[in-house]
Amino acid sequence: MNIAILSGKGGTGKTLLAVNLAAIAGDAVYIDCDVEEPNGHLFFKPKSIKTETVAVKIPAVDDELCTGCRICVDFCRFNALAYIADRLAVFEQICHSCGGCTLLCPEAALREEDRIVGRIEEGFSGSVKVYSGILNTGEASGIPIIKRLLNLSKKERPGLCLIDCPPGSACIVMETIRDADYCVLVAEPTLFGVHNLNLVYELVSLFDKPFGVVLNKCLEGEENPSEKFCLEKVITILGHLAFDHELGVINSKALVAARERKRYSALFSTLLASVLKEAQHEAVVNP
Amino acid sequence: MKQLLILSGKGGTGKTTVAGAFISLAGARAYADCDVDAPNLHLIMKRWSEPERKDYFGLPKAEIDHKRCTRCDLCRQNCRFNAISLNDHYQVDLFACEGCGVCEVICPEEAITLQPAVAGELMLYREEDSVFSTAQLRMGSGTTGLLVTEVKKQLCEAVGEAELAVIDGSPGIGCPVIASLNGADLVLIVTEPSVSGISDMERIIQTAEIFNMQITVCINKYDTNLENTALIETYCAEKNLPFSGKIPFDPEAVRAINSGKTIIDLDCPSGTAVKEVYHRTMELLFNERCSIST
Repeated sequence: MNIAILSGKGGTGKTLLAVNLAAIAGDAVYIDCDVEEPNGHLFFKPKSIKTETVAVKIPAVDDELCTGCRICVDFCRFNALAYIADRLAVFEQICHSCGGCTLLCPEAALREEDRIVGRIEEGFSGSVKVYSGILNTGEASGIPIIKRLLNLSKKERPGLCLIDCPPGSACIVMETIRDADYCVLVAEPTLFGVHNLNLVYELVSLFDKPFGVVLNKCLEGEENPSEKFCLEKVITILGHLAFDHELGVINSKALVAARERKRYSALFSTLLASVLKEAQHEAVVNP
Repeated sequence: MKQLLILSGKGGTGKTTVAGAFISLAGARAYADCDVDAPNLHLIMKRWSEPERKDYFGLPKAEIDHKRCTRCDLCRQNCRFNAISLNDHYQVDLFACEGCGVCEVICPEEAITLQPAVAGELMLYREEDSVFSTAQLRMGSGTTGLLVTEVKKQLCEAVGEAELAVIDGSPGIGCPVIASLNGADLVLIVTEPSVSGISDMERIIQTAEIFNMQITVCINKYDTNLENTALIETYCAEKNLPFSGKIPFDPEAVRAINSGKTIIDLDCPSGTAVKEVYHRTMELLFNERCSIST
């Protein structure tokens, strides 16, 4: 079963939740799809790592064959090609690898070459299998890495996979939740938090994904705009995590709280049970 | 006009909180929210007028004319984004389609055309003393970088004369962040003293350095882990990056935000500390020859 953990806003506790749920489940797979800023590996410190590079296809020109007809330049909607000073120039970073230029070149002057944009690391932390996607700095799109990551981890099915998503609600998040069986939305009790919760709520609704919300950093006696939102929209609340100084400190040191203290292992066990119960219920009701 | 861009790498470190405070302190006449994926700045920047709204068109999407389609399958075979599938007839997955146009040129029957598609909305708040440019990307849309460029373009066109523009950026290091770097005079990185925050800060600094940006760093919630705060300060000193200050963890900051205010509007520890960060940042931005009113 694939469970995606997401939130519109950054810093609400996606990684905290995904890492601790995977650690509690024990025999689970953790997949870090926040390839721009992957942090799960900092917590898990996985061992016996296997690394695989991820490449995209980009066009390479044979200057001898290019006649300067500019069919490729006119075709490219991403403006990744230009004919400058009697030479075809390729702007690799903005190429979307659609292959159109190579397909259209009447002189067969273009061929495709691999360009490395990042890597995937696969290792173990105890019995948890840890996958991390890491985008090279300066690269614009992490989507090829996420696609490869989710493809690679298909072999882990039907085991329990916890997918740590990037923040936001754009294409990169959509790519991540495509194969998810259930989504967990993490929200914090602020005006920013509820505004961004609404965005991911719309996203999971649009993709018809079953989902529930975990309310993080709850302050006793204080108003919780995110909780109010869930009650109004009749959204399943999977659990509350109280604002907790000690948990914050453990987390800031990149330690797995559920492995450090009994009370956090109990806390995340309860939460995992609640998530699994909902996810399995949904799988039966809406297979 | 000098452009100050606020980034963090990691989300939730306080970019928007700091941006809101800076805008108030400077009485900025120009500001923008480039986090088009999850914009929040408008929530604490009280505006009385309705914004001017404009549809944002991203890249077009393929449309198949079923009457012309002879099911030759060439479009499906050549689509690199797996956006075309065959069920009862050929269908385009509009979320997967990147609008490259390969299907359109490969179709021997001219059954495929590319249609303009709205991918978001641009908003411009124009008031007597200031302009605020922001946008909201549509769910699951791509071309975030292009929309960021439009937000900045809209700001520059509307503003006329202004000394300073404050730009709230997005988390991460990818296309929206790279697009927001264009034209910025200084990047203020708001980090937090956690192992994750530090790792993400290093990656955003690397990214900004690739594009030859001027960088300064401040630490938010610095007292939540003093060891890590010391590590960040050492890191900045070793890399010769100007350090612009520390803001303490402050429950009042959450109260300010939840009532739609900036931390400057309340008398609170984070509000006092952010003023120091503001002054050092402005000194760097205006090369110590500026005349900023406080």
